[in-house]
Amino acid sequence: MSGVPEERFHRTLADKGLQEAIRSSTVRLSDHRRTALETLPEYEELRTQANAVKRHTIENLDSYLKQFESNALAHGAQVVWARDAAEAADFVLELAKRKNARLIVKSKSMTTEEIGLNERLAHHGLEPVETDLGEYIIQLAGERPYHIVAPALHKTRYDVAALFTERLGIPREIEIEKQTRIARSVLREKFLAADIGVSGANFLIADSGAVVLVENEGNARLTTTAPRIHVAIAGIEKLLPRAQDLAVFLKLLGRSATGQPLTVYTSFLTGPRREAEIDGPDELYVVLLDNGRTRLLADAEKRQSLYCIRCGACLNHCPVYRKLGGHNYPGAYSGPIGAIITPQFMGVMHHPWLPFASSLCGACGEVCPVKIDIPKLLLDLRADVHTAEARQGQGRLERLGFRAWAWVMRHPRMYEMAGLMASALLAGDRWRSRLPDLVNQGPLRAWLSQRDLPPVAKSFHRLWRERRKEAAK
Amino acid sequence: MTAREQILDSVRAALGSGPDRHRAAPAVRISVPERTPDARIEMFFSAISNLAGKPYQATSPTDACRHVAGILDGQPAVASNAPFLRECGITGLASVQTGFTDRGALRQACATAAAGITCAHYALADTGTLVMLASPEEARLISLLPPSHIAVVPQARIITGLDELFSLVPQPGELTSSMVLITGPSRTADIEQILVRGVHGPGEIHIVVV
Amino acid sequence: MRRVSLFVTCIVDQLFPQIGLAMATVLERLGYEIDFPEDQTCCGQPAFNTGFRDEARSVARHFLRVFRDAEYIVVPSGSCTSMIAHHYVELFADEPDRLAEASRLESRVWEFSKFLTEVAQVEDVGARFERVVVYHDSCHGLRELGIKEGPRRLLSHVRDLTLREMDSAQECCGFGGTFSVKFPEVSGGMARTKVESIVRAGAEAVVGIDASCLMQIRGALLRAKVPIRTLHLAEVLAHR
Repeated sequence: MSGVPEERFHRTLADKGLQEAIRSSTVRLSDHRRTALETLPEYEELRTQANAVKRHTIENLDSYLKQFESNALAHGAQVVWARDAAEAADFVLELAKRKNARLIVKSKSMTTEEIGLNERLAHHGLEPVETDLGEYIIQLAGERPYHIVAPALHKTRYDVAALFTERLGIPREIEIEKQTRIARSVLREKFLAADIGVSGANFLIADSGAVVLVENEGNARLTTTAPRIHVAIAGIEKLLPRAQDLAVFLKLLGRSATGQPLTVYTSFLTGPRREAEIDGPDELYVVLLDNGRTRLLADAEKRQSLYCIRCGACLNHCPVYRKLGGHNYPGAYSGPIGAIITPQFMGVMHHPWLPFASSLCGACGEVCPVKIDIPKLLLDLRADVHTAEARQGQGRLERLGFRAWAWVMRHPRMYEMAGLMASALLAGDRWRSRLPDLVNQGPLRAWLSQRDLPPVAKSFHRLWRERRKEAAK
Repeated sequence: MTAREQILDSVRAALGSGPDRHRAAPAVRISVPERTPDARIEMFFSAISNLAGKPYQATSPTDACRHVAGILDGQPAVASNAPFLRECGITGLASVQTGFTDRGALRQACATAAAGITCAHYALADTGTLVMLASPEEARLISLLPPSHIAVVPQARIITGLDELFSLVPQPGELTSSMVLITGPSRTADIEQILVRGVHGPGEIHIVVV
Repeated sequence: MRRVSLFVTCIVDQLFPQIGLAMATVLERLGYEIDFPEDQTCCGQPAFNTGFRDEARSVARHFLRVFRDAEYIVVPSGSCTSMIAHHYVELFADEPDRLAEASRLESRVWEFSKFLTEVAQVEDVGARFERVVVYHDSCHGLRELGIKEGPRRLLSHVRDLTLREMDSAQECCGFGGTFSVKFPEVSGGMARTKVESIVRAGAEAVVGIDASCLMQIRGALLRAKVPIRTLHLAEVLAHR
């Protein structure tokens, strides 16, 4: 297929250490999820409720956005609307300039990855520092997150040791607990000195104007408490109607992501600190980001992609993700969810192979806590790719091939004859050598290299007729 | 056209006038189980222990104070301004600083303290969670910056779980700018999926139920 | 006498006809009369999964015509059954007449093991197969048709058969139709993972309900030079 990064796929598949790291992490997370669900008998009911609430929210997104804004403002927050990545990043840049801010601490946010915030801030001489341990590691390495929930899934302690020595100038340390302490003390200084803290948002609550953050480390709390200014950047789809809806969503998120009934910290932040409160930020800005989401919204079937609560369960259970890992997916989002939103954000023809990089096993849809029908959307996107190709005059050969195939399948006698010809050609052991060169190349050759066709004699059609003749005698 | 207008316009145009537009939201799903106070306390203790937190059932406020003194063992600590801590006599302990209203001074103290001592507004029995609302009595950093967090909680504040919390507090924003649910010590498994406690938040959590 | 129509599927018809014969044998032993509509070809899944809906639809129309009068359609494949039972209604959303026909199919088309356990209501078909066996859960059968316990119960009643569970039974084998053509290395990697799981379970044979999965797994077994057989459930159940 055109555009498939075959060489990079090959390197990933050939890297035994990496394969083992991806597999053990995803299997472990999947096992944790399964164990956690054993103590949640109402799981299916919660999924149904979550899907219904998200559906309703997305279908009425304009009302909820306005309600959120109104309540956020009422509690002293400022609301900023950003049409695209540049607008969102520019806001942070302008704010930093206005406030003479240089050091910016960040908690883990896939949305800020999506808008390329760190690159932009660094380019303008600011110092953005990732504070989630996994994100900190990959920031030092200059890489993108490998997984929605576990950004440094692909790094071993030896990778981390080398990174710390090289980038922090410290003696080599391979013990994981000590590595964590090192990061803790480095980042502590940053938290306490930072001018601005930037976070994402796991949920935006419309009836409160609140930002909800879930985490295990405490870096999101520190990011949103220590600096004087807090900026929360969130896709417009993060909205939930009511604080009370969290009773459903928090239960689903923790368990689906890491198998925890609740993550260690859940922060429900409404506006900057109140006057009588002792600490907390003086200013809170919530940036509502579009960046292609309204385009996604326009497709009534596919807008369910926006229900995603970024738990990562689909990644953990995907047999293709388990082989390819996060860096082989284009865009900020990997795995099955990435395969459906990236084509919609960027346009299907940017990476037309992406919706096809799935065996359609259905594991993703099965584990999605908000019941996004990912397999169906992959199929829809495949059809969209072919429609787009046809419009551009591409993919003619494949389409013709399937047209011919369909014609044969509608004409039973032709179908039987085609089968006869194929079996005559492939009969016996050295069938591969008999294949005309025309056939034994390209995708078919690769396919054949991975499997063997059985030596075929007669079709079932023929055998059945013979069987009937025998019986009649 | 402002960005706001453009985005709202795009949203409206994208959604058109489908059948789900302007329909009422699905009813909130909140299900509060029936549990006796004793059952709640037992669940709470069990949940905390499973998280590697250290629960303690104090027989009286004095006992609670003694237990906290034992944990501190003379090390410096910062206590919040929660009246209950004063009632227990904890704010009177020698190595405990309290009464902070200035955040600069508070931050300094927390940065060097071995422990932060707080009360809690609620505790969730099924998950072993502390519910902290920021207020003049409870600063955010005390349960966050020091390496150890000691929470002293009247047992009447232990409720069944998340559903009951959101029943009692349907609008946290009306009460505070920050409601934080704390479920166990800070942790990460970001490197090779190996669990390490005390990354940024406290690595040790003691919960004294009175 | 009860009558069932066989839809053997194009892959069984052309590459593994013995599976079709085995299925017919088992059904006949249970007292069913077999009807084999000779004009049958394919359910259209290859085109549908590749995103060529028009082509899939044209083939599906042919299927509807061929099986119009069949009361029970028995299929030795979870993925083909699911295509017919669940996806035809999507294909014919804009054709009311065919949509009605497609809707009626859902209750008439049966994957083979499900037909046995739920229609014939048997679990012991009098088979004998002396081997240590693991069962591979084909994805569409498992996730779209809920087929999980049925084949295991059928296998547990086969005399002298030892049924073990492999640790990755529910993981995809990597076939995925055109996926295996477009992404051969990933597909092969997934098959190898499956093979490792089969070997860990100490099985002599791996059994499944989909010939395409079995073909994929067989290829990986051969490549890894592992002498483990692949068999369709029908072949095991026909064995005596």
